[in-house]
Amino acid sequence: MNQDRRSFLGSTGTLLVLTASAAIAWEHVLAGTPEEAPNYTATDHWWGMSIDIEKCIGCGTCVRACKTENDVPREDFMFRTWVERYVVDPAEYEHPKVSSPNGGYDGFHEQEVKDPNLKVFFVPKLCNHCAHSPCVQVCPVGATFESQDGVVLVDRKYCLGCRYCVQACPYGCRFIDPRTETVDKCSLCYHRITKGLTTACCETCPTGTRVLADLKNPKDPIHAFLRDHKVQVLKPQMATGSKVFYNGLDGSVR
Amino acid sequence: MQGVEGFIYPNELELQWSVLIVLYPFITGLVAGAFILASLERVFNVQAVKPTYRLALLTALAFLIVAPLPLQLHLGHPERSVEMYLTPQPNSAMAMFGFVYLWYLMVVLVLEIWLDYRKEIVLTWQKSTGLMKLLYGAMALWSDNISPRALDRDDRIGRALTVIGIPSAFMLHGYVGFIFGSIKANPWWSTPLMPIVFLFSAIVSGIAAVMILYFVTCWFRKVVVDMACVDTIATYLFYAFVVDFSLEMLDLIHRLYESDESFRALDFMVKTRLFTSQIVLQIIVGTIVPLAMLGLTQLVRFREPVRRVIYLVAGCLTMVGIFAMRWNVVIGGQLFSKSFLGYTGYKMEFATREGLLPAILLMILPFVILWVLIRLLPPWGHEEKTAARHA
Repeated sequence: MNQDRRSFLGSTGTLLVLTASAAIAWEHVLAGTPEEAPNYTATDHWWGMSIDIEKCIGCGTCVRACKTENDVPREDFMFRTWVERYVVDPAEYEHPKVSSPNGGYDGFHEQEVKDPNLKVFFVPKLCNHCAHSPCVQVCPVGATFESQDGVVLVDRKYCLGCRYCVQACPYGCRFIDPRTETVDKCSLCYHRITKGLTTACCETCPTGTRVLADLKNPKDPIHAFLRDHKVQVLKPQMATGSKVFYNGLDGSVR
Repeated sequence: MQGVEGFIYPNELELQWSVLIVLYPFITGLVAGAFILASLERVFNVQAVKPTYRLALLTALAFLIVAPLPLQLHLGHPERSVEMYLTPQPNSAMAMFGFVYLWYLMVVLVLEIWLDYRKEIVLTWQKSTGLMKLLYGAMALWSDNISPRALDRDDRIGRALTVIGIPSAFMLHGYVGFIFGSIKANPWWSTPLMPIVFLFSAIVSGIAAVMILYFVTCWFRKVVVDMACVDTIATYLFYAFVVDFSLEMLDLIHRLYESDESFRALDFMVKTRLFTSQIVLQIIVGTIVPLAMLGLTQLVRFREPVRRVIYLVAGCLTMVGIFAMRWNVVIGGQLFSKSFLGYTGYKMEFATREGLLPAILLMILPFVILWVLIRLLPPWGHEEKTAARHA
């Protein structure tokens, strides 16, 4: 009888321990899985974006659309995407005058530029969804990760809020959402693109400045864009494998 | 926007790492430095520093216990920090903190202290009654074997542990430097010199802290300061400081001479927002003055009371300088925009989670822990105690 009870307790205990470990392990496997969408195969895509600076009029529609679509806090220092205005004296290209009032959310007030030699242009910015992301590298628990289709995402249920990734991003694309105490950033509207839609910013851009790009799709216009223009990424010296490609990016842009 | 000058990326307004993260390298530095001082006696057989051996070990332990608290308090989700142990991301420098910390705490410090004190613990266990008997029994792990053979084995294992402990102490603090030095996005941090600068500044701060604590405990216990001991400690402090200062100056000169794209922004920052904490507190008050004072004692043989005052003042200034150095690294590294076109500010709050008050409490806590440790495991020998009683 005693032996029976012992073996029963032993096997029940083993079962409990194994089930608990398996459940914990499975939870961790799932933690790195982006939300599933039917009929979407992540490995068929490699997402990025093209931005044609010569087309941007600084209207800020993309910023507003992004904040609405992704429920980004309305504070003027929390943005998944923002627009900067550059006023550059070509002889002084190392010292551009840059502004981004409220991240360009309200557009830009007209600014009279008397000197005909000054260059004035707008630069929309967002997470560069780098192929070798410094932010992914530093995350201590893997809450920031790269999906199979090349999008850098954040698992909010897993993020510690240590802010190391914010320090590691060379482009200033990350912020802490005070509501969740976790990091937030552009997800390239992952919930939309996996359903065959484009991002909110690209959808609403009135001039076609921003275009979502699938680099694995041979028919995607990105290939012609990259071939036909003099294209550059932000801070190429950082060697992050940025996938946001700019046409007409001035050397003064930081 | 308040405190902002020039252009910063919109998301850069908020400073990410507060005064609590300044405490983290400061505290771990004290741990590593105190341990290295202790190991001088054990491994290199520097008999002169023997009076501080146990005090240094207990100081290291007291500060090491507190080391993760500022980090924990800073996290948005402290309850998830256990994930760093369960699912560490091996590419992350930060993910390794838990493992380096546990290794150092459990394998190096606790074990070494336990082996060193085992005889006293067992004797106290046998002498005491009631709750204290239970406590010391637990501390002895209910093993009362203090035969000469067992004690000899303890000593040999302890020595081996110290040998392992030295590279571990180097790793603990070098690693903290690596956390900052490996961030390529931040030119103020990104230098391979960072771990080694952190390491030497850690040694400097640890030695200074133990020296000050030795003075203070002597004063409390009303025993005479062992001048041979503090003279030796001050000599080590001086030489470690010379290396530390040379490394920091090398970094500075390298930056000045190279003048890369970030130089103008950083140069302006040092001359304005960081002027008081970097130039005045760190370099002049916290480095050049104590170095000159310590250097003078190497050249001129002052009378004992004068030397005591010089050592104490130089030690205190050193602590100010090293704290300022941690501040300038952590806070300074966040004051400029990664666009190199502007600056943001840091306004320390008081009674908030990451404010000045918790920072002060966290700095008091190791001394409370040290006091308890000293009560439980008195670091000074029986003979000294008798002398104190007669004094």
